[in-house]
Amino acid sequence: MTTTSTRRDFLLQGGATATLALAATPARAAARGRILVIGGGFGGATCARFLRRFGPDLEVTLVEPNETFITCPFSNAVIGGLIEMSAITHSYDGLRKAGVNMVRDSVAAIDAEKRNVRLAGGATLPYDRLVLSPGVDFKWGAVEGYDEAAAQIMPHAWTAGAQTVLLRRQLEAMPDGGVVVMTIPANPYRCPPGPYERASLIANYLKTRKPKSKLILLDAKDNFSKQGLFVEGWKQLYGPLLEWIPFAQNGNLVRVDPAAMTVYTEFGEQKGDVVNVIPPQRAASLVHTAGLTGGGDWCAINPTTFESKITPNIHIIGDSIIAGAMPKSGFSAGSQAKVCAFAIAALQGGETPSAPSFINTCYSLVAPDYGITVVDVFRATPDGSIAAVQGAGGVSPTGASAAFRKQEAEYARGWYASATTEMFG
Amino acid sequence: MQRIRRLPMFALGMLLLVAGTTALRAADVAPTVLAMPCTGCHGPDGASPGAMPSIAKTSAADMTAKLKAFRAGTVEATVMTRIAKGYTDAEIDAIGQYFAALPH
Repeated sequence: MTTTSTRRDFLLQGGATATLALAATPARAAARGRILVIGGGFGGATCARFLRRFGPDLEVTLVEPNETFITCPFSNAVIGGLIEMSAITHSYDGLRKAGVNMVRDSVAAIDAEKRNVRLAGGATLPYDRLVLSPGVDFKWGAVEGYDEAAAQIMPHAWTAGAQTVLLRRQLEAMPDGGVVVMTIPANPYRCPPGPYERASLIANYLKTRKPKSKLILLDAKDNFSKQGLFVEGWKQLYGPLLEWIPFAQNGNLVRVDPAAMTVYTEFGEQKGDVVNVIPPQRAASLVHTAGLTGGGDWCAINPTTFESKITPNIHIIGDSIIAGAMPKSGFSAGSQAKVCAFAIAALQGGETPSAPSFINTCYSLVAPDYGITVVDVFRATPDGSIAAVQGAGGVSPTGASAAFRKQEAEYARGWYASATTEMFG
Repeated sequence: MQRIRRLPMFALGMLLLVAGTTALRAADVAPTVLAMPCTGCHGPDGASPGAMPSIAKTSAADMTAKLKAFRAGTVEATVMTRIAKGYTDAEIDAIGQYFAALPH
């Protein structure tokens, strides 16, 4: 079936200039309905904004319990003392200005049959389509002894906010000559290179402020994202200050004892003056209680619309889904959110959604002036998954010049400015 | 457990990549959908507020020439040489026309 949008876009590809203005602002005046978005992070905030853009007549409501959004991206720079919390804290006022109805509340229950969401505050909001972008939760107890109380002593800092500040204060309070221990989980988890960027920026802090100290990484994996680039940078910048212990060398965390500030691997133990435990993760509890995971840890979705493979009219984006080869990152969530918004506008206007196309560009800082990247272009596969386009993408070159690394560090900050401006205005 | 379960998915993905590269470059991706990931780095409608190069107010001819040069590796870049390889000539043309047509 040829739809208005595909015909218009086909003409555009053929170079019909008369259609250019139309295609450039693909507002679907016919798209109507109530779209309820849950979660105001990279996925939800982007989706709400682009729903308003692609469907100006859609009623878009965003439910988010927090008054401001604190990004996980660049929270490692806060922990490493390079920037302050205010630099990663964003207001939702820009979304309000874009016509998004902001509701400060959290979800109590989803009724998929009646198509409504009951909020903790008591209100019930009906929807034609529901978009969930709830992120991850921690598997408390998967590491023996690691629960929410333990996280006040051994912070995870894997959701940005009070935990970020706690870890930074602990590093600041630690005397020179102390030992910092980080534990890193098996895949999949939010932001695959994130732990290694954090290790880098903690090492940078220690090197410049407390050079007699040591950082020990206990990893549940033998391989990790951008490994060659991180290891190259670590050797050059931090030497013996930073020690990475992989799974094969007894790096797998099984138990913590916060009172003794000690972590236990299968065959050993390590005491730390500061201990950062990044726990194993799964999709946020909201999607589990709503029956959207099918008993697994994550949600399965249709990559063209991001509609749940289990429940119709519920779309899920961001860290709580398995999106084929796409990593769990803020950039991925935003890229998925735009495709989801475009598809919902099409569906609500009675049109067929476009095939999707995605990018993930992930910057990591190895030091303040030393940036590295992994990028990929993604498309849907015939079997309904998402795969990286072969021959494209990849990581920064190894052995690159200092100027190249500095340029990527500047672009890391440039990406952050662009991404947060696009979301929050 | 998770690692074991993910392995077949990865293997399947690789198989599809080998078998169906053309299928991945579906002809029916709307120009808007092709272009909208670009603004994740380059800013709203391509207008960068920070250190990232702005791509707003670029003519279609300039944009497509640059993307094709990145793809061929005749112009140096940090990430764009890697990203541009993910797009066909027709897709690059559509992206160039999309940004050129945005209201300035």
